[in-house]
Amino acid sequence: MSISIKQGQLRKKLLSMFYLAQVGHIGSSLSCIDLLIALFEIKKEDELVLLSKGHAAGALYIVLNDLGEITDDEIDLFCKNGTMLAAHPPAHFSKNSPFASGSLGHGLSIGCGITYANKLQKKTDYTYVLMSDGETNEGSVWEAAHFAVSRQLDQLIVLIDKNNLQAFGRPEEVLGDTSCAKKWQSIGFDVLEVNGHNLEELILSIDQLKLKKNGSPKLIIANTIKGKGVSFMENKLEWHYLALSDVEFQKALKSIDTYYNA
Amino acid sequence: MRKEFAEQVEKIIASDNKTVFITCDLGFSALENIRDSAKERFINAGIAEQNSIGVAAGLAFKGHETFVYNIASFAVLRCLEQIKIDVCLHNLPVYIVGNGGGYGYGIMGITHHAIEDLGCIGTLPNIISWIPAFNEDVKFCLSQITSQKKPAYLRLGMSASYPQNSSISAINHILKSNDSKLTIIVLGPIIQNVLKAVAGLETVDVFTVLRMPLLELSIELEKNIANTRQVIVVQEHIERGGLGEHLLSIFAKKSISLIKFVSLHANEYPCNIFGNQAFHQEESGLDPDNIRIEILKLVQK
Repeated sequence: MSISIKQGQLRKKLLSMFYLAQVGHIGSSLSCIDLLIALFEIKKEDELVLLSKGHAAGALYIVLNDLGEITDDEIDLFCKNGTMLAAHPPAHFSKNSPFASGSLGHGLSIGCGITYANKLQKKTDYTYVLMSDGETNEGSVWEAAHFAVSRQLDQLIVLIDKNNLQAFGRPEEVLGDTSCAKKWQSIGFDVLEVNGHNLEELILSIDQLKLKKNGSPKLIIANTIKGKGVSFMENKLEWHYLALSDVEFQKALKSIDTYYNA
Repeated sequence: MRKEFAEQVEKIIASDNKTVFITCDLGFSALENIRDSAKERFINAGIAEQNSIGVAAGLAFKGHETFVYNIASFAVLRCLEQIKIDVCLHNLPVYIVGNGGGYGYGIMGITHHAIEDLGCIGTLPNIISWIPAFNEDVKFCLSQITSQKKPAYLRLGMSASYPQNSSISAINHILKSNDSKLTIIVLGPIIQNVLKAVAGLETVDVFTVLRMPLLELSIELEKNIANTRQVIVVQEHIERGGLGEHLLSIFAKKSISLIKFVSLHANEYPCNIFGNQAFHQEESGLDPDNIRIEILKLVQK
């Protein structure tokens, strides 16, 4: 299957899951699903992916379903009573992504601890932390960022899903651009900005950063579009919240077909 | 207790090459030996409490039991959500150590007091609080914490040694009488004030409780309460979420009926004025003289 067809097919499955569940966070999931596809493509068996932006759990569930870690039956129960798959990931649900998230600003600290442990154990594993751009408003993110630099955690790879839409405004209307490259470079991260929907570019950039074994933690600023692939959702704040109607669901599937030939 | 704690942790670090120790920029004149012996397993995580707990959770997930040391108030309240989500929900062996429980930091003021810490921790899943009363209890509490390998909170304060050699458990019978009329149950180093308060009294029994929540009452304590049917609880913690409420809940479940129950506890800051630890204890009625008055009300009826 070509990469773009996979991107489209997973999006269609994601839309079906959200439509069945009648819940929101579709836009946030569509902005970062390509990042998760790329990360699970490159990660080694013992390496962990921490989805710190827990509100994009839907994207994580669909990628894990594609890998066979989550069954179709479990996907059908997404956000329904009795499910393991809540709107934000619970503790222990995945061996690849084992931490609960949903309250923002936790994942980077945990990722620092895991990376520090790998250093103590002289392991070469990388740890991947996926955050949202709005999440970088959190003070705890900056505590963790300085810790990562001071402890020379160059096996820590952070991705920021930069879709430029927070929960109630654009970053520049809220606290300013707390995920801009200059800020992160100035404290000591190696930073690359990429198109977050281009899997080849993403994987190449991560490989490129890994070559720099210089003690600096790594950051990919992934420029993305909230709602990517569904024309009427793209770059629209309301799709942080809305559930799909019957008509919107059909229209969304057609939009994915057009984008990805899926 | 800080000295006893540091000595024990040094031994733990020496005997287990995976244990990690994190401090949030504290430890002058106390943690230097741990720092020097633990080397890369000693982390000064800076004045960044939230991150310290998340880092500890990540380390613990990878097999490193991790201590996180701080002033008790900061150790619990500044990062309560990280303790709940990162540590407790995942049931990880992260051991939070708070120095200066109660009014321990005295004139440092409200920001440095921890009189609601046990109540806050007590609402979280999977975590056990350990509250040494005497210096020797620190070693016992640490042995429990490191053998259980679950989330734990250790609340340290200023105390002294046991009046006599004792074996230590979660509930300890410190003073025994032959004609008991009152059961006094004490949490933490305030035991020193209680021992002064009961000097010369021959009809009171004194117990310490080192663990919250308790799994059960000891047979000795239950028998004593059944006999006296009068209980005074003494704790340097506010009433809500403290030992008194916890014991009353146990008594109700076990249908233990009392004639009298008195709670002596931290009374916050009734006059909005400040002083040393003894000053705040006195304002709360936790000084030896007032504790004795409350005891005499029950034993001289």
